[in-house]
Amino acid sequence: MPKVVVDVMPKPEILDPQGKAVLGALPRLGFSGVTDVRQGKRFELEVGGEVTDEVLEQVRQMAETLLSNPVIEYFEVRVEQDA
Amino acid sequence: MKVGVVTFPGSLDDVDAQRAVRVGGNEAVALWHGDHDLRGVDAVVLPGGFSYGDYLRCGAISRFSPVMTELVEAAGRGMPVLGICNGFQILCESHLLPGALIRNDHRRFVCRDQRLRIENTRTPWTSSFAEGAEITVPLKNGEGGFVADAETLDRIEGEGQVVARYLDLNPNGSARDIAGITNERGNVVGLMPHPEHATEALTGSGTDGLGFFTSLVEQTFA
Repeated sequence: MPKVVVDVMPKPEILDPQGKAVLGALPRLGFSGVTDVRQGKRFELEVGGEVTDEVLEQVRQMAETLLSNPVIEYFEVRVEQDA
Repeated sequence: MKVGVVTFPGSLDDVDAQRAVRVGGNEAVALWHGDHDLRGVDAVVLPGGFSYGDYLRCGAISRFSPVMTELVEAAGRGMPVLGICNGFQILCESHLLPGALIRNDHRRFVCRDQRLRIENTRTPWTSSFAEGAEITVPLKNGEGGFVADAETLDRIEGEGQVVARYLDLNPNGSARDIAGITNERGNVVGLMPHPEHATEALTGSGTDGLGFFTSLVEQTFA
């Protein structure tokens, strides 16, 4: 069953307090070298049937209206085939 | 006037908002998120709380409640709408107000008596106040940081759409100390602090919030 994946990330200019909290925790755990962390969301949509262009267009509409808030976030849509 | 107060699953401050409406001299009408009906009210308050558990984003699910379809239409016709805290978040998610509210920059929940300056007294919710009035009302939020792009911020400041600004300190990282805004038309107001908790001396940190609930009456008889 093909999966449509929507990644939602805070826009670069928007402060990401959660990412900052993770960034702050890394050195305390002994991990070094990470200079920035941004935290987003990943949605996995199982689609019945073939993932056509129309289906992808619908998913983009879902991402724009519900899954993301375009004022503060951007999104990417891609298809993931099962291995 | 009949003022509706919408209860969503997870609303907390709906009963306080109803009481504030009555203390302000209006009739409070309970509205339900699942109804396609505003029950003939003249204005609506969207109260604070954690509607739908803040799932996805604060206010994101509530925006698609049946009652919101009617509310967005009514707001478009000029009905006065006041969103407090979670209500403010719902109004931004509904695109009735510009910008968005994100997690506090210091990442902690904040609960304090907050001093504010009222900067726009031309809305149906703030006409009781003198321009530049300084008031203190409770503030309690985890995701109260108001953000918008610089162009939008310049525009709402230029058009006088900033209704209230934080004084003394910025409690949540809001851009330009903005605590509340209105839409271009001036009928929809969103506010992160809670004036409904400051309408009676017995239970509040004072009565400074009362003006938000008496303004409607003053407008009617003006």
